[in-house]
Amino acid sequence: MTDHVRPAPLRTEENDGFWTAAAEGRLAVQRCDACGRWQHPPRAMCPDCHSVALSFADVAGTGVVYSWSLLHHPQHPSFEYPVVAVLVTLDEGPRVLSNLVGVDPADVRIGLPVEVTSAPTAEGDVPVFAIREGRA
Amino acid sequence: MNGSTSIVGVGATEFSKEAGRSETRLAAEAIVAALADAGLTTADVDGLVSFTVDPVEETELVRSLGIPAVRWSSRVPYGGGGSQGMFQHAAAAVLSGAARAVVVYRACRSRSGKRFGRARVAPEPVSGHSGTTAMQWATPFGVLTPASWMSFESTRYMHETGTTSADFGRAVVQFRDYAATNPNAYFAGRPITLDDHQNSRWIAEPAIRLFDCCQETDGAVAMVVTSSDRAADTPAPVQIAAAASVGLFEEEVASNHYRPDLSRFDGTAEMGDSLFRAAGLERADVDVAMIYDAFTPMFFLQLEALGFCGYGEAKDFVADGHLGPTGALPCNTNGGLIGEAYIHGLNLTLEAVRQLRGSSPNQLDDPHVALVSAGRTGVLLRR
Ligand SMILES: [Zn+2]
Repeated sequence: MTDHVRPAPLRTEENDGFWTAAAEGRLAVQRCDACGRWQHPPRAMCPDCHSVALSFADVAGTGVVYSWSLLHHPQHPSFEYPVVAVLVTLDEGPRVLSNLVGVDPADVRIGLPVEVTSAPTAEGDVPVFAIREGRA
Repeated sequence: MNGSTSIVGVGATEFSKEAGRSETRLAAEAIVAALADAGLTTADVDGLVSFTVDPVEETELVRSLGIPAVRWSSRVPYGGGGSQGMFQHAAAAVLSGAARAVVVYRACRSRSGKRFGRARVAPEPVSGHSGTTAMQWATPFGVLTPASWMSFESTRYMHETGTTSADFGRAVVQFRDYAATNPNAYFAGRPITLDDHQNSRWIAEPAIRLFDCCQETDGAVAMVVTSSDRAADTPAPVQIAAAASVGLFEEEVASNHYRPDLSRFDGTAEMGDSLFRAAGLERADVDVAMIYDAFTPMFFLQLEALGFCGYGEAKDFVADGHLGPTGALPCNTNGGLIGEAYIHGLNLTLEAVRQLRGSSPNQLDDPHVALVSAGRTGVLLRR
């Protein structure tokens, strides 16, 4: 597996809290302290109430596959192919882009229940997803 | 805006896989051709509009062309999705009196230079005001190219509508038929069958095969926009009946991953409504359409969003032959971005002008109204 080391996330002032939590093995999504709005991608201000008091709060880490794709080409040495790419709708509402791991690509489908796990990069873990056992 | 500005000149370099010269020179060559086509000179030009992602330094361009004075400059964000927004900027400049004649241009070496389709780990979290924030969210997950970013809405669309890869393939066969008889096209003389499409390898399964992808291209296209009053003195003007741009909350270009329903292009629907309302035209008035086919699924979503058929009905519209020369809505008669070239959408506008002038390599019978959609931006042209 050392042949395929994921590139580290590209950090910004807005997304840093997401990747910092991920590096600690937590999936945390930005939430507005004032009105409770969950939002992803994270941003500079709450678009509902314009509060700038925003925190990254842990989520349950469960959700369902909203869409998916098996990426065959082009290939980059950091990854194994096909890359199983997914958009996951979290139970809290926001949608996140990630990978489905430990799955036969033929089994990927919309609506699949998934739960978060972690995968290493060159600098800390990132959240990826696995099929939620007993729920598929 | 309705009809009060016109495209009076168009120019382009050859489209190739290796231009062998700089983007600045490609742009200058296309602009000189467009001015000659309009019967104008650089002394008539006082406005310049391009893409935020275009690599040409305007100062170098002006220095090469010898434009005496520039009174309007702007650049449109959103990459190719913003391509038709250049006409909105140009028309606004002319109508406001800020400039008399505006050149719009796009020059790229997307094949011999930095290729869109190459797998690379992005060095920056966002890309040049392209409307795409995907890098920061997609890079650690191997989602590295436009085809992969756009694959999510494509898969969801297939899921919701029952559209298949073969349905996409029928549109590609038509585009390649048009390209086959277009000498400017990369795929000139090379039509394909549906089997050829279905046997082409997966790029992003289950939506995008190799033959669903546009052609990374070296080349440039330029056009000249001025008032319709001045256009009356030029050889072959085409009126800008309307130009529109709509970007919705949470919508992105290419990496459109966060809108509530990814199987619909809500923004394109609003953009289309804006166009028809501003022009005072109906869908049925459109004789020919150029619709941004970076990847085939994007064509299907726009066709539906623009109201040329209902949601989920693009596959039937295509299968019934409506994109062809005798269909209800001939589309991408240059072969599209898939069959002709990918000058980031501006070659679609070029073909729309050719159709209205009667000079397309696949000329239709006397078209009067052409629509160009780049998803986020669009124009209605009329003669
Ligand atoms: Zn709030």
